[in-house]
Amino acid sequence: MKLDNRNGLTRLIYNPTVRSLFFQAVVLAGLLWFLLTIISNVMTNLDTRGISTGFGFLSQPAGFGISQTLIEYNETFTFGRTFFVGLLNTLLVSALGIVSATVLGVFVGVSRISPNWLLRKISMVYIEVLRNIPLLLQIFFWYYVVLQTLPRPRDSLTFGETVFINIRGVFMPKPMAESGFVVYMTLIVAAIIGVFVLGRWAKRRMINTGQQFPVFWASVGILVATLVIGFFITGRPIAFDYPELRGLNFRGGMSLIPELIALWFALTIYTSTYIGEIVRSGIQSVAHGQTEACRALGLNEKQRMNLVILPQAMRVMIPPMTSQYLNLTKNSSLATAIGYPDLVSVFAGTTLNQTGQAIEIITMTMLVYLTISLLVSAFMNWFNKRVALVER
Amino acid sequence: MTNEQEFIITLNKVNKWYGQFHVLKDINLNVKVGERIVICGPSGSGKSTMIRCINHLEEHQEGEIVVDGVVLNNDLKNIGQIRKEVGMVFQHFNLFPHLTVLQNCTLAPIWVRKMPQKEAEAIAMKYLERVKIPDQAHKYPGQLSGGQQQRVAIARSLCMNPRVMLFDEPTSALDPEMIKEVLDVMVELAQEGMTMLCVTHEMGFAKKVADRVIFMDAGQIIEQNEPEAFFNNPQSDRTKLFLSQVLGH
Repeated sequence: MKLDNRNGLTRLIYNPTVRSLFFQAVVLAGLLWFLLTIISNVMTNLDTRGISTGFGFLSQPAGFGISQTLIEYNETFTFGRTFFVGLLNTLLVSALGIVSATVLGVFVGVSRISPNWLLRKISMVYIEVLRNIPLLLQIFFWYYVVLQTLPRPRDSLTFGETVFINIRGVFMPKPMAESGFVVYMTLIVAAIIGVFVLGRWAKRRMINTGQQFPVFWASVGILVATLVIGFFITGRPIAFDYPELRGLNFRGGMSLIPELIALWFALTIYTSTYIGEIVRSGIQSVAHGQTEACRALGLNEKQRMNLVILPQAMRVMIPPMTSQYLNLTKNSSLATAIGYPDLVSVFAGTTLNQTGQAIEIITMTMLVYLTISLLVSAFMNWFNKRVALVER
Repeated sequence: MTNEQEFIITLNKVNKWYGQFHVLKDINLNVKVGERIVICGPSGSGKSTMIRCINHLEEHQEGEIVVDGVVLNNDLKNIGQIRKEVGMVFQHFNLFPHLTVLQNCTLAPIWVRKMPQKEAEAIAMKYLERVKIPDQAHKYPGQLSGGQQQRVAIARSLCMNPRVMLFDEPTSALDPEMIKEVLDVMVELAQEGMTMLCVTHEMGFAKKVADRVIFMDAGQIIEQNEPEAFFNNPQSDRTKLFLSQVLGH
């Protein structure tokens, strides 16, 4: 009775919907005021110091060289071009790192629970040591301790005078397309498609008739035969450009710069320790009863792993795996410490120094990492949904 | 090999230790084709361990186990051969949660027996009908009740067309009202002549279908007899005490 006698305002204050709307409005207003203050403050400061704003600098000539470029580039290209060169270098080392860290990580993770005592202990020590040393130190280790002790170009380590390893990097023959190359490539693509079709056919036949087919060896046979026989039939369509020592360095061929190698190794090894633990915990998260059911039904160890354990471990492994892939991509920005020309080093480093347009450049760089990360995690979420369990 | 025809399972002086702990002590057991055996006893007496040794989920250290003429040793081929012929139902069902009920049932026939998928599915449907849940074939285990899951697990084992079925406390994890639906399926299976070894505390089931009841305590077979004699006239004091506790309420 007493409660009902309250006037309109008091009733509004105690209404949960009105209350939550009110507080949200207050927070939003505060946030807007904060942002506006910062922006106007920045504009005034830039104005008084005479720093130009806007993205006009992207079309000015850069005037500096970059040690590794996946697209055509030299000093006369624009700052806009340096952005893409840096971006591609970042994507290159991230992609290489993700693939190799996954392969190595799965191997380490499976070894960690192997029945083989030695393998188990080695991978345990590997994980415990390497994930507890800071990544930057590991990059320095590979760059300064390992790669800098390699011989000078003149005394290169060599494999059959075709591959050379020295302090400047790894030099390899570069394949070059000759006439007949398109035909040869078409043959190879056809063979790969053929192998896929064969695999699906063999699986269908196994399901329908129970007969098995040696898919692996048949596929290897088809691919090798196409590669070798096709090479000669199409008239040797690939020639190699061999690296040669001219003066102080090698010319020709293909090369991996030591900065890329050091960064790639460090990212791979550091991230593989985390992936190893994710794989181990994923496999161990599958209840032991599943293993017993498989054995009681007569499934062998390989079938048990592939048909029952891994599909279930997968759904536990994917979310943490995603964050490792994101970490690796973001960690690749440590490249700047050894001068690998990634996005941060080339764009948020050199370009920023030369133009002074910190806000634009840092914003663009952040947006790039944000976009890459969101794309990776969108893909992984889609994949996760596909392997999720139906509970009810 | 004189027993080959007569006995489908033979345990001869089987001993097993967990570290220092002696779980199975000189177990001797012969099971005839079509015989239905119920094994009871207090927890920790080694009943589960004994039947789990028969399909090598546990390894025995001494003695000889022969199943369907195959000696159970460390030879992977022998182990695989025995597991094909021996079905097992677990206390916690252990269905594969990422596969549908039908896929649970066809997995082993397809991959172990190398059976065509169509044939495997037809057989699976036959057994799902027998356990009275053909309409759940395309659901996932997580969508079923405990009793339904256990019946799927029985169907899954039967799809391998085993010669022997082992039941390891199949009703212990179930709600009271679901126990009956599982026991009904097991009774039917027993009446059709399946060789069964069943660890259970369901004494009603033992009285109804068992040819022999075995009482185990502290890793030994204390007493075994036909159900009538076993329940009405137990010989050892340990059995009497156990029965008074199980049947006393």
